[in-house]
Amino acid sequence: MSGNLTKASETSRRPPGWGRAAAAVFFLAPGLTALIVLAIVPMILMLTYMFFPRGRFGGVVYEFTLENFARLNDPLYLGVIGDSLVIAGLVTLIALLIGYPTAYAIAQLPPRWKTIALVAIMLPFWTNFLIRIYAWIVLLSGPGLVNDALTGLGLVDEPLELLYNEGTIVLGLVYGYLSLMILPIYSAVEKLDPRLREASANLGASPFRTFLSVTLPLTLPSALIGAVLVFVPSFGNYVVPELLGGGKAIMVGNMIRDQFLKARDWPFGATLALVMIVFTFVLLIAQAVASRRVRNA
Amino acid sequence: MRRRNLGVYVPLWLTYVFFYAPIVVMVVMSFNSSDSPFGFDGFSLKWYGALAENDNVLRGLVNTLIVAVGTTVIATVVGTMLAVGLARYTRSKILDALATLPAILPELMLAVGLLIFYSTVRFTLGLHSILLAHLTFGIPLVAVVVRVRLASMDMSLEEASRDLGAGPIPTFLRITLPGLMPGVAAGALLAFTFSLDEFVLAFFTAEPTEPTLPIVIYSMIRFGVTPDINALATILLVVSFTAVIAVQRMTRLTESFK
Repeated sequence: MSGNLTKASETSRRPPGWGRAAAAVFFLAPGLTALIVLAIVPMILMLTYMFFPRGRFGGVVYEFTLENFARLNDPLYLGVIGDSLVIAGLVTLIALLIGYPTAYAIAQLPPRWKTIALVAIMLPFWTNFLIRIYAWIVLLSGPGLVNDALTGLGLVDEPLELLYNEGTIVLGLVYGYLSLMILPIYSAVEKLDPRLREASANLGASPFRTFLSVTLPLTLPSALIGAVLVFVPSFGNYVVPELLGGGKAIMVGNMIRDQFLKARDWPFGATLALVMIVFTFVLLIAQAVASRRVRNA
Repeated sequence: MRRRNLGVYVPLWLTYVFFYAPIVVMVVMSFNSSDSPFGFDGFSLKWYGALAENDNVLRGLVNTLIVAVGTTVIATVVGTMLAVGLARYTRSKILDALATLPAILPELMLAVGLLIFYSTVRFTLGLHSILLAHLTFGIPLVAVVVRVRLASMDMSLEEASRDLGAGPIPTFLRITLPGLMPGVAAGALLAFTFSLDEFVLAFFTAEPTEPTLPIVIYSMIRFGVTPDINALATILLVVSFTAVIAVQRMTRLTESFK
């Protein structure tokens, strides 16, 4: 694309030079400036905050310290970080187990239905997150529909406490981010060359064998992308633990939120946020490395 | 030809039940005449009426619309320019990454970073601070959607325009932009939907006396399950669904997954 552009400019009567550079600045500067000021600078500020002690009413005192990192080494905080990793890991695994067969099924649909099926997968994702989580409260709470059904069928005598535990948090997060697992996997299955599978079948491989040695390796990089897309927002979530966990089980997101809005200890909140950033980037790098390895194998 | 194995579709149906069962129950309950948010007694629109008299909801709605319209206008203009700039005027991978990074970062991190940033530069909080926060996601969102459209456009017209001596900006306005319109409109709708529903960034950057609708909904849910939330949720659901379907019609968004 860019090659054509250069060639076209060379043949034009006006030499490219300054006009082109000015145009580049004109088109790029507003957006990039906004993103640098509103996203990159705040991220850098947050990273520097970790090296200052807290101010009395939020903010910081500008004296260098490493005390915030020392405070991380507390069983309470490490426990919550560990719990969050387990919950987010479980969410990712379940989303993969539901998402893969779903994406695979969509790719087998006739073209007309494919579009409808995909829109139906995207719709929930573009719907208000709070509302979708709230819908589960309506469904699962003490006097809710699921308990009505269970007592009506005589399966249980009294309404069960279905809400407010780790299981509901996992459920809510899977519900919230499943679309992000399905779409990349669908994209990979869709791109598969059907001749590869035919060749495998013609060589006498069973459908299961073909799936294991042809389909799965070729779609694995996209499944990894989906896994990162689900894991990252699950790990840092505080809305689902708050609303579906009843505040009993907390995750890193809740701790960060509380440090900023309740305890007013911004530097320690920033340090906890760093934990999140580190895990996010480690995962992104791991995903890139793993994908490359699968592709080369 | 081999007969299609229908068993393949079972997981798909189960996923749809999982996705839509809670939503359907909530919508049905919004038309419930009972005072309890659970258990259906009969059809009624009274909870929709109750919303119209709920001052918190109405103020939240007005605030949300101000933020969402502002975000949409700015993100659409700036995001479209960014998309054109990245596609036509640079090959830099770094600028490319810079333009998408904010959309990849967890919302909570951006929210916390912005809170620190606003306090450091002593920026007052209010609807404008939420609007700026929403731009961090709105601009990359519009840019991504517009670039999908740009990639599918024939460049020869733009080249012809330039060869005939038109400058970059007249070429953009007369040639590129008209062809881009479906992508621009789709990006605008998505930015609007995003801003309308966004909670985490708004929660951290709002002035407590000027909440947006999602913040109002959040406190309503925490306070308890009441039937008017069902009605409010149903309205927002219809708005989002309409917007996404319109986007699909304009851009065939699903094609970009192929």
